[in-house]
Amino acid sequence: MSAIPRVERGTIVRAIVILGLLALALWGIPHIAGADWITTATSVAIYSVAALGFGILYGRVGMISLGQVALLTIGCWIGTRLAYATSLPFPLLLLAAGGITCGIGVLVGLPALRLSGLYLALITLMFAGATTIVLSVHDFPNDGGGFWGRSATGALTTSTPPVRRPSAAVGDVAFYRYTVIVCAVLFLIALLHVAGKPGRAWASIRESEPAALAAGVNITLYKLWAFALASFVTGVAGCLLAAQVGVPRAITFQTQDSLTLAATALIGGIYSLWGAIVAGIFQQGIPFLFQAQWGINPNFLLIIFGAGLLQVLLTAPGGLADQFPKDMARLGRAFYNLVASRVREQAAAEKKAP
Amino acid sequence: MIEVSSLTVRFAGVTPLDDVSVVFPGGTCGLIGPNGAGKTTFFNVLSGFVKPAKGAIRGFGDDLLAMADFRRARWGLRRTFQTEQAIEKLSVFDNVAMIHEHSSSKRATRRADVIGAIDFVGLDVSPKAKVGGLGAGERRLVELARAVVGNPRVVLLDEPAAGLPQAETDHMGAVIQKIPEQFGALVVLVDHDMGLVSACCETTAVLDFGRLIASGPTADVLRDEHVIRAYLGTEEDV
Repeated sequence: MSAIPRVERGTIVRAIVILGLLALALWGIPHIAGADWITTATSVAIYSVAALGFGILYGRVGMISLGQVALLTIGCWIGTRLAYATSLPFPLLLLAAGGITCGIGVLVGLPALRLSGLYLALITLMFAGATTIVLSVHDFPNDGGGFWGRSATGALTTSTPPVRRPSAAVGDVAFYRYTVIVCAVLFLIALLHVAGKPGRAWASIRESEPAALAAGVNITLYKLWAFALASFVTGVAGCLLAAQVGVPRAITFQTQDSLTLAATALIGGIYSLWGAIVAGIFQQGIPFLFQAQWGINPNFLLIIFGAGLLQVLLTAPGGLADQFPKDMARLGRAFYNLVASRVREQAAAEKKAP
Repeated sequence: MIEVSSLTVRFAGVTPLDDVSVVFPGGTCGLIGPNGAGKTTFFNVLSGFVKPAKGAIRGFGDDLLAMADFRRARWGLRRTFQTEQAIEKLSVFDNVAMIHEHSSSKRATRRADVIGAIDFVGLDVSPKAKVGGLGAGERRLVELARAVVGNPRVVLLDEPAAGLPQAETDHMGAVIQKIPEQFGALVVLVDHDMGLVSACCETTAVLDFGRLIASGPTADVLRDEHVIRAYLGTEEDV
């Protein structure tokens, strides 16, 4: 049996495809898309990262967390407050928001050491609900100064300055590119984890906790590690969201978003990092298409997501990211066979004819 | 060498292991007994899944019960499960490599060690193949490769050949016999297949209803009156 070559051809092809798509996102989309689509594409990138966090927890470790949008909200809130309270450079703001959200996410993950399945889902959903309530009561972001930003006079005014963007990326297109690059880095961090020692330990935990223990996996450490990673990337994405919308409002973040995020992540495919991008498109791109482009009430989407989820769970458990390439390959084969048989028929007919 | 002294495990009202003292001297040792005799419970105590009510287990002089469960793998404890537990989503290579990662072995030798373990068990599939797509016998061999990689000292095999056809059981037996010599590890084999046990094990211990009823050279133990009675029952005058 020969040893596996260190860098396989598949890896190189994959890297080229990824770089090509990244180039398309960075230079192609700004050329063809209008201003409103650029804003939507920025949101797609941000929500892809939130779906990525869900995918790491559920797809890789088997822990179902319905609190991911709440963590996105927290990242957004921390980013907003830190932007108002400090003069940190934007990359440091991202790191700080990611770091603090990571700490909170690990706390949220503590019950996961004891609970799983429905119980963990309920606990994390309640965390999402609690976050929504705290932020509405707190009148997020409220116009005050300092980190808490609570002013006695209350209401948000039109004079509230928007959360600053990085000085090199103030315009919408430049900020879109900035967001895509940051999100690509976050995906890369996730990929390195999944393909490395943590990914293998997570797969082992997902398969069977006793077997993972017997294999020497410190289950407590690796479960919390997964929550830390998922929360960090989600926190950074939340900070990007703060700078994108400028003045975030509590009403933007609803508890039910956590559920639609879980649904779209499952539709996209939780075993694949591509699935997270598909989920981002479903979560942000399609509602925009419905509402702004076609004038359809986006609430219909809940029905469509429900039907899509049902279809995926029944027929394509790997999600669209898994199913779409297979379907395309099948379609390609069918088309090839069709053409090939036509060519053969024609050749046979020509032979018969004198 | 594993020395077990007065090991007792109690679950509410049940005593699956009752004051068991036994020594597994080295090589390949059998552990047999009827269903419910306490064999798997004994493995679970060694793995740290079950805390004994009393007793001690020393492996090569180290107090195993004092070690945190996940650290025992690093010490050199390996096991397979009655229902095979290879990781479906990972490749054969990664399945074995993840054990190596959590062992005391050096990273520099990982590739060679992992490929060596896969070759050792005679698994004739690509190391890149996903375990989810393998057959039952192949998955059992993946699990065995996981059990021998990365400096094992004690390898616990819980019915490794359960449900396999005879040819695959024979192959499994031949591989198990080579483990002590190849890796210097002590093997404890639990199985109901007496052919496999007699082929592999120099010594054998027998449990029945949580008590040790015999231990010693395999051939003697299998002829022991108490053992035959435990397996076949006794003829009683009516």
